[in-house]
Amino acid sequence: MSATQAASDDTLIARIAGGDRLAMQVLYGRHHIRVFRFGLRLVRDEQVAEDLISEVFLDVWRQAGKFEGRSAVSTWLLAITRFKALSVLRRRKDAELDDEAANAIEDTSDDPEVAVQKKDTSDALRKCLGQLSADHREIVDLVYYHEKSVEEVAGIIGIPENTVKTRLFYARKKLAELLKAAGIERGWP
Amino acid sequence: MMAASRKIVEQEPTEIELLLPWYAAGTLNARDARKVEEALARDPDLVQQYAVIREEYAGTIDMNESLGAPSARAMQKLFAAIDAEPARAPGSSINLGGRIAGFFSSLSPRTLAWSASLAAVVVVLQAGIITGVLMNDRGASYQTASLSTNEPITRELSAARPQRALVQFRPDARIGDITALLDKYQASIVDGAKGGMFRVQFANASMSKDDFANILSRLQNEKIVSLAVAN
Repeated sequence: MSATQAASDDTLIARIAGGDRLAMQVLYGRHHIRVFRFGLRLVRDEQVAEDLISEVFLDVWRQAGKFEGRSAVSTWLLAITRFKALSVLRRRKDAELDDEAANAIEDTSDDPEVAVQKKDTSDALRKCLGQLSADHREIVDLVYYHEKSVEEVAGIIGIPENTVKTRLFYARKKLAELLKAAGIERGWP
Repeated sequence: MMAASRKIVEQEPTEIELLLPWYAAGTLNARDARKVEEALARDPDLVQQYAVIREEYAGTIDMNESLGAPSARAMQKLFAAIDAEPARAPGSSINLGGRIAGFFSSLSPRTLAWSASLAAVVVVLQAGIITGVLMNDRGASYQTASLSTNEPITRELSAARPQRALVQFRPDARIGDITALLDKYQASIVDGAKGGMFRVQFANASMSKDDFANILSRLQNEKIVSLAVAN
């Protein structure tokens, strides 16, 4: 995100704090897709993820006056999304979670073995990314897709910066193991 | 070094290895980025690992982009909830101005009077200092050393003020269209809506008067804009 957009986001939040509905619409238009995708990767249910973003932005509407600008607005949004997603997940039973994991959104593609047969490494990579644990998926998404720095990820997840670095390293190692099990050797580790 | 780093991979990752994903994403600070660059220049194993990371990076973006977007239901639900919220009291936003006003209103009249006197003295002192600085250094400028004309060649270094316009959108303009329009013109709404007009600021602070007039003209011709004037 550019510095100009970050500054503009801060301006929108200040206006939202004053009850400006249009500013809310602009902020929503700018961020709702990324918030949705982050939430969807956590809860793995499109309907739930849609409900989640409504709740996230409603929180923004209510809490905008308390936003102090110590982090980027996009980081704040992801932190709220994560908190709400975890609340949803906590309400589910483990068995339900397993079922949903089995019917995960990534399951529309072939399984890793088939993907390898097709010599389609990118499909297998995508599939294996979907098989990572929730903690590993989350950190991979935050760093690679949401382009968050070490400090920002630490703030969103609520863990020390060194743990952020090592968690991503082990997420990558796990990904390499999954790919290796699917017959894809990438020369690391 | 290569053998050493391979051995380390099997045990504990090095600091540089840990930083590689952020280097790939361009979100490292300059000092750490330089450390990673130097390490990449001397360690082929690290280069190989970096190539793997770039694949993961591309794969993650690809996967997330395939997730699609939420339906309009989410937005409808949000704004229905916002409409159901109790009306916000004027001045309920906790901004800096509000905090300052709140602070002063909490002071007793006597304290306030002393504070005002002290502030007045500070302002007079500050004005004196600023005037002194301006008298000694009349404007930020530089002078070339290579030319020997009678008049020095100088250029003002004052920052250009970003151009602003007052824009009124058509009543049927959709928020997605407004957002796209702002992106197209690299502009952001900085104030509004007073009398239905929004104050819009353009990111390009160095555009000429002609460029700005041209942008205003193009803006005025946009389907969703009913009025665009310089501010």
